[in-house]
Amino acid sequence: MDGVVQLQRQLLDYTTLLFQEGFLNDQFTQLQQLQDETNPDFVVEVVSLFFEDSERLLNELANTLDQQSIDFRKVDSHVHQLKGSSSSIGAQRVQNVCIAFRNFCDAQNTEGCLKCLQQVKNEYALVKNKLETLFQLEQQILAAGGSIPM
Amino acid sequence: MFSSIAHNLHYKSLPLHSFPPPLYKYWKQIPRTFLVMGSAAGEFLRHVLPEKVGVSDHSAAGSEELHVLAVDDSHVDRKVIERLLKISSCKVTAVESGTRALQFLGLDGEENSVGFDGLKVNLIMTDYSMPGMTGYELLKKIKESKAFRKIPVVIMSSENILTRIDRCLEEGAEEFIVKPVKLADVRRLRDFIMRGEEEGEENRKKGNHKRKLQDDYSISPPLSPAPSLDCEISSLLLPSSSSSSPECPSKRPRLWVED
Repeated sequence: MDGVVQLQRQLLDYTTLLFQEGFLNDQFTQLQQLQDETNPDFVVEVVSLFFEDSERLLNELANTLDQQSIDFRKVDSHVHQLKGSSSSIGAQRVQNVCIAFRNFCDAQNTEGCLKCLQQVKNEYALVKNKLETLFQLEQQILAAGGSIPM
Repeated sequence: MFSSIAHNLHYKSLPLHSFPPPLYKYWKQIPRTFLVMGSAAGEFLRHVLPEKVGVSDHSAAGSEELHVLAVDDSHVDRKVIERLLKISSCKVTAVESGTRALQFLGLDGEENSVGFDGLKVNLIMTDYSMPGMTGYELLKKIKESKAFRKIPVVIMSSENILTRIDRCLEEGAEEFIVKPVKLADVRRLRDFIMRGEEEGEENRKKGNHKRKLQDDYSISPPLSPAPSLDCEISSLLLPSSSSSSPECPSKRPRLWVED
């Protein structure tokens, strides 16, 4: 089926691009390798948990940084968690911003923290969009009767 | 062999008070074969059966799956570690905190490392940074406990801090794994624990005195092979040495490559 082959090609190209642009790293590949017929939705499930966690943490970060007197330890704790989960799914760019974010927390630099919050929100939105596109492509392939190329 | 013992043991006809209390507590929960294999039943059977029948105290042996208790406050990480372990043919119980982990192990001073579902825990993998009780504190509690200190504990952390690693190893952690945990890490651990379980079986068959000798060694648990400890130390001291030899599968070389 020509359509399926085209879609598969598209998926491979898209995935390669995401890796090249640093949105995803090898950890994402590791997760894909843990998926099989017995657990066909594993990656989507883990990434969904990541989305939930991240949205919660980003909200908490906005609140914590909005206070009159900022509790930097609390900020650091949230960033640490975000760094951890982004690392676990291979969301490299989000992870990188978190590293910079933690440095600003250590220095108790409010402006730096606020900049990082904005940056991490952007990076999160980007990777979320990319991953959703990736999953949609996979769904299209499956719907057309094809299988996901690895 | 065990199923035939189970058939011969007419446990229903025995008065309950003849069993030691811990067994009675789990009476309704343990299926028949577990009853035979539970440690208290093992005690009972040693009185009833001839000495030459070797009865295992523990339900996990080389042919059975390892049971791993995973502790992590991150939902994402729990899901991943659970999958890594299941794909490596391990049974998993994943909990979100040190407190829950201790609850699962049964803090009420049971003599054997049996969790609520009656399965022995063969390995504990815990995250280091958790709110409330850290992985380090959990490690200490486990090693302080007479019932559970023999269970190997592995610490996982996203942070590669030398002092932290040393503290954990000194407190008796089997290994310190830098996150994200990979399939290769889990497989290596599983093989290591399985070998330990098999050696444990051997020791039990030979007699208990060998075990007691090993208990007296407070530093390394019997499961730690000496060569790997030397490897780890040497790779710490010699940063210029190239990637570890086949006997050194640990994470130590990465320390020197970190950004």
